[in-house]
Amino acid sequence: MIRDTRYRVPVNPFEEYEFENTEEKIEFDDFHLWYGDNHVLKDIDLEIRENMITAFMGPSGCGKSSLLRAINRMNDLIPECRYKGEIEIDDVDINDPETDVYELRKKVGMVFQKPNPFPMSIYDNVAYGPRIHSMGQRSALDDIVERSLSEAALWDEVYDRLDDSAMSLSGGQQQRLCIARALAVEPEIILLDEPCSALDPIATMKIEGLMRRLEEKYTVILVTHNLQQAARVSDMTAFMYLGEIIEFDRTRNIFENPREELTENYITGKFG
Amino acid sequence: MMDKISTEKSVFAFFKLLTWGVVSVVAVLLLFIFSKGLPVLTLDFLTSPPENGMLGGGISIAILGTLMVMGLTIVFAIPLGIGSAIFLAEYTDKVDPRIIRMVRLAINNLAGVPSIVYGLLGLGLFVLFLNLRFSVLSASLTLSFLTLPVIIAASEESLRNVPGAYREASLALGATRWETVRNVVLPSALPGIMTACILGLSRASGETAPLLMTGAAYYLPRFSGNIFRQFMALSTHIFFMSTQSPNPDITRPIQYGTIVVLLIIVLTMNMTAILVRSYYRRKHR
Repeated sequence: MIRDTRYRVPVNPFEEYEFENTEEKIEFDDFHLWYGDNHVLKDIDLEIRENMITAFMGPSGCGKSSLLRAINRMNDLIPECRYKGEIEIDDVDINDPETDVYELRKKVGMVFQKPNPFPMSIYDNVAYGPRIHSMGQRSALDDIVERSLSEAALWDEVYDRLDDSAMSLSGGQQQRLCIARALAVEPEIILLDEPCSALDPIATMKIEGLMRRLEEKYTVILVTHNLQQAARVSDMTAFMYLGEIIEFDRTRNIFENPREELTENYITGKFG
Repeated sequence: MMDKISTEKSVFAFFKLLTWGVVSVVAVLLLFIFSKGLPVLTLDFLTSPPENGMLGGGISIAILGTLMVMGLTIVFAIPLGIGSAIFLAEYTDKVDPRIIRMVRLAINNLAGVPSIVYGLLGLGLFVLFLNLRFSVLSASLTLSFLTLPVIIAASEESLRNVPGAYREASLALGATRWETVRNVVLPSALPGIMTACILGLSRASGETAPLLMTGAAYYLPRFSGNIFRQFMALSTHIFFMSTQSPNPDITRPIQYGTIVVLLIIVLTMNMTAILVRSYYRRKHR
């Protein structure tokens, strides 16, 4: 059941493993986040590497979604939200006031819990981002749409009805369309916020298979409260509890040999 | 003692009676007006000016006047109303919520202000203070003020009903707030906004008191087409014909004919609103 990862080794601070051909992509340094007076994320230090799937796992309210949304600064949309500390992507602090948040969100794609395609045609959904960012005219746009839908494993199912409304697709197809829409702007990082929680098991299986293909090209971060999903697809897992990262390690270690009692209790179903 | 089932039955019958009572009153009213008014509606009646010292002739000048006032009202009210609604629904998170609550309260209360008060406002502000005189322009601006609260409130409601997930998806793709509003939120809210605008304007098209105070004339020999001049309107024409005419009995057919024309305009607008809504509803599902 548990996947044998290519990477023998997890990242900082677990240096007893050696790193194999992976590069640092995102680094959290002493990151804190508040909603009003509620201290949601406490002292987050975390390193996320390229071309692997990192899962944020933990019970509801542990802050895993807030942590994910810090990476593309979607928390900025919440008026009472404050944060401090650094988040570096490719060694550039994204919380710097000079950062172009629109460029950041182009670089960091996001897929949400509930499939949320726009009420437009399938084609227009995928072309939405490229049009916003003026990434090309007709024929170029056609290519982007085909490439994105293929990457999201949806092209074969929709190539002959691109002008149909996205609302006519099934839930699983809609979620893959949302992935295609995110891929269309050529991001480097893909954030997946419980992408399967509204889907049936078959659709979930397809999305999980897709995630494994995506990690070859992108840095994939997955939020899930589904233990099996974290175990099945992720390379690295961060276990979070009450706004803190309790343990961050290779997924196999987290599930087979957790070092913290809290992690073990969660894995074995004593709470959560 | 009545058992539950018979209570249920009598309550249901009571509400049914109330509903049919209202419907039949409206039906009788419409039937009465149309039976008296339709025979008057000839091409000649619709296309000729009043004659014989307002005792005969047609209502062409009043029709053109109403259309012109409404056209200008559309020009003022719709951009202003939709713009305000967009601001209130999409851009207020950085503004003190107490201020926004007060603005919203003011808008909701303004929607209930009697139209004669808007007439006074128009008279004081546009006609006298801004020196626009009795004119199409003064009347249109006054009617715009009158419809704005309705348009703003309903458009804002319609914008708020657009799922937040659409906004999130768009912003997460790197769109700015305006790009999100323009490309995703507005198109989704458009049927509701259009319905709100049409209903607001159809209500305004029958207003009489504000027009009397801002530029409606008792009689004009011809249609000027000038927004700085006075005008004749259908609603005020009905008022004048039935209360100010030298002989209201002779002008009775004119009154019915004018009412029917006004009703047809209003009902057409309302039907359009319904059709727009159902068209978009079908298109999006």
